[in-house]
Amino acid sequence: MMEIKAVNVRKQYQKEVALDDLTITLEGNKIIGLLGKNGAGKTTLMRLLAGHFSNSSGQLTIDNKSPFNNYPVLREVCLIMESNNFHEKFRVKDILNISANFYPNWDNEYANHLVNVFRLNINQKAKTLSKGMYSALGIIVGLASNASLTIFDEPYIGLDASFRSTFYDLLLETYQNNPRMIILSTHLIDEVSRLFEEVAILHEGKLMLHDTADNFERKHLILTGSKEEVDQLTSGRNIIHSSSIMGQKTVVLYNEDITDSGNLKVSKASLQELFVYLTKEEVNKNGTTNQI
Amino acid sequence: MSERLNEDQPIFQQIAELIETNIAEGEMKANDKIPSTNEFAKHYQINPATAAKGINLLVDQEIIYKKRGVGMFVTENAKNIILKKRKSHFFDQYVKPMLKEAERIGINKDQLISWIGENK
Repeated sequence: MMEIKAVNVRKQYQKEVALDDLTITLEGNKIIGLLGKNGAGKTTLMRLLAGHFSNSSGQLTIDNKSPFNNYPVLREVCLIMESNNFHEKFRVKDILNISANFYPNWDNEYANHLVNVFRLNINQKAKTLSKGMYSALGIIVGLASNASLTIFDEPYIGLDASFRSTFYDLLLETYQNNPRMIILSTHLIDEVSRLFEEVAILHEGKLMLHDTADNFERKHLILTGSKEEVDQLTSGRNIIHSSSIMGQKTVVLYNEDITDSGNLKVSKASLQELFVYLTKEEVNKNGTTNQI
Repeated sequence: MSERLNEDQPIFQQIAELIETNIAEGEMKANDKIPSTNEFAKHYQINPATAAKGINLLVDQEIIYKKRGVGMFVTENAKNIILKKRKSHFFDQYVKPMLKEAERIGINKDQLISWIGENK
């Protein structure tokens, strides 16, 4: 079973700190959502896992082995990014051949099937592919790699909504046929949140939250009602968002048990809304906390 | 089973309710095979673990039973269990909100009763 362990991992590019003391353990064959604002450190983490460079300090291991400069480990890791995945002078068929040789569990039949699904011309050079078709090629490699750790970092730039939906179908299909750890990083949270079994949110180079998708849904609560009643019930609680209009106040609580909500209306937010509440800048300026 | 999922309730609960509604309406009968976890995952584009959680909710309530290696089936007593449960929730779920809205906008009980009578 796949286990990723990061302990106090720090990654610094010259003066810029991309990851700052990140500690997280990911394990099991799961589809995991990796979320964070731009610059939160998601891509850095994924590239560390794929051995693109080494961390500045701390320990990062995949199944107890460091991925950096470790060929046997990296053959089990497939990272697909939004760009720069392939040499631009290579043809689609060359890229598929190289991938077939690199990944020990590569499924050639499936790759060919996917080429048809996305209507790719295998003789075309990578640099002449449209953005959408370039993304499709990355998706094909990621899905057909069957790598024990398959990572997609915003893999669908330029892909239309219909092909994106096809990608989600395929992701579930490959996950069910070849259970493995799949990490998906995306800004289109509403589209994919239902695919996640687990979610990790990075914020400013640190881990903000890591929990099952189920718990994210369970642990938050939106209360709406008269300002007085809402304030009375929620003062001193862990409020991650609040707003008022026409004497009515809405408050989003996280990790709080409210057994009796009285006359207040109780509702739920989507993962995307929760993500925004947790990471949006203004929340900090208002003096309310986003530290859970 | 093609109703759309929404954000108001956890997905696993909605999966459980969809199956219940099918059984309550007689669409699926005792000992009928229900779709697999993977079929639910594919149809609704959800994580298979979520679908499994919804189904397990029904297994716990003896609405669904599992046959190892064969699949999952509707129990003999499923429809009764569902109807009993839904009847017990009916007042809170449907009547209470209706009375509240009626009070809010000033519709009296006689009017409500006459509407219900007409519709019968």
